[in-house]
Amino acid sequence: MSRFVIRRLFEIVLVLAAMSLVIYALIGLMPGDPVNVMIASNPHLTPADAARLKALYGLDKPLLERYAAWANAALHGNFGYSRLYARPTLAVLLPRLGNTAILMGTSFALTLALAWPLGVLAARRPGSWLDDAANLESFATISMPSFWLALMLILVFAVRLGWFPPGGAATIGAGGIADRADHLVLPVITLVLVNFGPQLRYMRAAMVETLNHDYIRTARAKGAGEARILTFHALRNALIPLITVVALSFGSLFSGALVTETMFAYPGMGKLIYDAVLGNDYNLALAGLLFATLMTLLANFAADLAYAAADPRIVYR
Amino acid sequence: MSALLQPRVRFGGGMLLALAIAVLLMPFVAQLLGTHVDTVDLYHRLAGPSLRHPLGTDELGRDLLLRLLEGGQVSLLVGITAALAAAVLGTAIGLVAGYFGGRLDVALMRITDGVIALPLLPLLVVLAAADLHKLGVPATLRESAAMSLYRIIALVTLVGWTTVARLVRGTTLSLRRQDFVRAAEALGASHRRIMLVHILPNLTTPIIVATSLAVGEIILLESVLSFLGLGITPPLASWGNMLTGAEETIALAPMLAVYPGLLIFLTVMACNLLGDGLQQALDPRQRR
Repeated sequence: MSRFVIRRLFEIVLVLAAMSLVIYALIGLMPGDPVNVMIASNPHLTPADAARLKALYGLDKPLLERYAAWANAALHGNFGYSRLYARPTLAVLLPRLGNTAILMGTSFALTLALAWPLGVLAARRPGSWLDDAANLESFATISMPSFWLALMLILVFAVRLGWFPPGGAATIGAGGIADRADHLVLPVITLVLVNFGPQLRYMRAAMVETLNHDYIRTARAKGAGEARILTFHALRNALIPLITVVALSFGSLFSGALVTETMFAYPGMGKLIYDAVLGNDYNLALAGLLFATLMTLLANFAADLAYAAADPRIVYR
Repeated sequence: MSALLQPRVRFGGGMLLALAIAVLLMPFVAQLLGTHVDTVDLYHRLAGPSLRHPLGTDELGRDLLLRLLEGGQVSLLVGITAALAAAVLGTAIGLVAGYFGGRLDVALMRITDGVIALPLLPLLVVLAAADLHKLGVPATLRESAAMSLYRIIALVTLVGWTTVARLVRGTTLSLRRQDFVRAAEALGASHRRIMLVHILPNLTTPIIVATSLAVGEIILLESVLSFLGLGITPPLASWGNMLTGAEETIALAPMLAVYPGLLIFLTVMACNLLGDGLQQALDPRQRR
């Protein structure tokens, strides 16, 4: 087990290193460079100044040399300055990470709390009206463009009815938990609706599979109650394949957060990455994308461990 | 042909067919209305429905119905082309990995897992923002009107092949041990011949199902990227970039924001129903 953990951690570091090079090269492909932006905003800059600035930032050196310098600094915990915010990259990134965690955590917990019980009930009687309704609903949410859903929610609940604020994370100057929660309502509804369908389908499929096993019939035969069969006998086993699914949807949740955060102007990681890419903020975009990759990799790793914990038949070597 | 008896196949397929016919009829609709999709009319911006403009006009006074039809052409074209390209790429990778096995299989599947685990949308945003000039794309192609179309198809193909690759690899692994493949081997057939003539025809079902599901996913992805300004660029209409403009005028003309989204939703839903129905009809083992 410990050998497995060490090997996986080593792999994660390796993948992260490879990704950092790929992302570094990709970001170099974005239009313009920071010095061009400075020239555009300051007419007094001479060509000599521009060349000096390029040398200062190392932009005149070949790609691999630049990457090596960046990687060396990053390994010492220095991710450079964010051009857009004029502050150290990590100081910009970390508060945003917290905001995204709040948004994603709330919506994911709500999604599972709604989708899983419904999936269990739908699996109990395949073909019943509840199953059909659940199936239709999951089809609808899988096919829904999340940004459009967000747009419609803003149109109805913010523009027409004025019940909730259309965007942001808090009213400037007001603050307070109630205010934050108020701003979370619409983004959370969007994410819950979008993720609801897939999670329901996964749970239903896993439960249908489990309920067909012989040991369920045995449990019925010995007179166990329906609720006990569903929760103790079936659900415990149905959860095993779901662990992987939950971990994998972590990555897509992050992608979804980019759209949702951008739509609601919610200051999270997704919007930060989007703004950084469009604003030519190399350091910030790079660090943000690497953080996003790291979180996905760690979620997959956690899934492998949880898988072994939930199913004693699985032994990693 | 029994697949056509599946109600989901008929419903989803019928919807897609109707949509395809509608978008192909666009030139006739334009003639009938006596206007063109790019005709700007600033005196009649955000107008309501009328005989001349059955669904009204957009923020530049262009006919909304025609714009929606053009957007449909673009969305369906991107969805189908990219899904087919991704299917070809995924099949090739999955076939090679499953057939040869060993280290090659491990390496290819690691890459597949890696692509699946990536934060897809943030990466696509970076890729879509890449400067074609720095990539060395010739200027004639770079500045052509359809460039954003090629670009989005290439991008989506690049990330969309993983599902097919995994499916094909899994099925190839089990097919490879079956007697008819061994017989072909014993008869001295080349690797190439076994893969293309003996294994590939047995893979059609999973590939067709995965591809029809992929069309829907790709249309969603295209609409998000176009909405963010990184996909199809105006003046070419796409349902995604029509919503970008609609967001600003949402208080004045809400229907401008409703129609494109509704069409994306219905199209993707039709693709998903078709894929799901095909799966149930063609693959009885997977019946739920």
